[in-house]
Amino acid sequence: MQSVTLTINGKPVTAEVEGRTLLVKLLRETLGMTGTHVGCDTTQCGACTVLFNGDAVKSCTILAVQADGGDVTTIEGVATGEELHPVQEAFRTHHGLQCGFCTPGMVMRAIDLLAKNPRPTEEEIRHEMEGNLCRCTGYHNIVAAVQAASGQTPIGH
Amino acid sequence: MYEFDYRRAASVEDAVAALRASGEAKILAGGMTLLPTCKMRLARPSQLVDLGRLQGLKGIEIGDADVTIRAMTRHADVAASAELRRALPALAGLAAGIGDAQVRNRGTIGGSVANNDPAADYPSACLGLAATIVTDRREIAADDFFQGLFQTALAEDEIIVAIRFPRPVAAAYEKFKNPASRYATVGVFVARSASGVRVAVTGASENGVFRATAIEAALQGSFTPDAAATIRVPSKGLASDFHGSADYRAHLIPVLAARAVQTCLSQA
Repeated sequence: MQSVTLTINGKPVTAEVEGRTLLVKLLRETLGMTGTHVGCDTTQCGACTVLFNGDAVKSCTILAVQADGGDVTTIEGVATGEELHPVQEAFRTHHGLQCGFCTPGMVMRAIDLLAKNPRPTEEEIRHEMEGNLCRCTGYHNIVAAVQAASGQTPIGH
Repeated sequence: MYEFDYRRAASVEDAVAALRASGEAKILAGGMTLLPTCKMRLARPSQLVDLGRLQGLKGIEIGDADVTIRAMTRHADVAASAELRRALPALAGLAAGIGDAQVRNRGTIGGSVANNDPAADYPSACLGLAATIVTDRREIAADDFFQGLFQTALAEDEIIVAIRFPRPVAAAYEKFKNPASRYATVGVFVARSASGVRVAVTGASENGVFRATAIEAALQGSFTPDAAATIRVPSKGLASDFHGSADYRAHLIPVLAARAVQTCLSQA
């Protein structure tokens, strides 16, 4: 076991982990932060996406020890009190979810995308969101939500 | 995952020493292949030696004659480099099409090249551009580096520190991607330089990346899409799986080569 210290949603957190402990396991099982979902556990679905030092990463494919000293933002950290993050609000307004399981990862990926590319085209949104799967196949409204969150007219409106 | 020790390398020399101390130790670069492999229990390293904190292994340098990308530079950084987009747009574009955004935010050029997955993108750029693989102890020409399915010229304790790409007159990469994984069902990298034309193919062969010499010869005579498109590539030795038959892959090679030539011509 070794000790890691991370900043998670702005707060310093220290925990004892094994070398093989994944960041998502630290979040969900050690810290009880279950907003980050595990959909596939094989680096494909993106449900476990968090921001690590400002970049979207799949928290099922980074070791907690690799993240030691870093800055992690999860879905629990994006709203301000009762006020949703603009991306969360856009997903709500445009029904960018069906069952909702993929939504935390979709929102975190979209936040990263818009931080780096504030007004992406529809094609860029679809390409940049490829690492997030929606098994309900609700992609249309997800794209619409990302467009709306970037201040653009959503497709189909 | 099976248990392993985690060691954060303090230097390249430290990482080499760790590999020498245990034959079952593995280098951890971006981890985008190694960690999923460990999770599937298809690999059982005794120790993972993490290069992630070695700042000296990160960065892109654009020279007059060549471009050097250090081993731990992430795909996202290669894709986003404005200087590289001007100097060698084919390489920046290739990086932008690897895996998905989250994978590009972790995966590294050195890890990809050292792994030599038969459907990975970077090996085709290395071979097509006649790159030099720079390790902790020597320089290896791409023609000598890739030695078959997941096989390279690297010694067990050898670590890639950078890849040096000669700047071509024109280059382009065309990938027929697997829609789920974005690995290359077939990918073709065409590079035209003062010394000639090189065409490297990934995704197609059971033995990994290779040069399509018949297409190179045709393009040497006439650098046109038609010259590439009319070459018939034999399907013997090509991969056949549920993504595509060997015949299908053989057909795609000249098709993609022709598209890449068209892109090269549009750069001129």
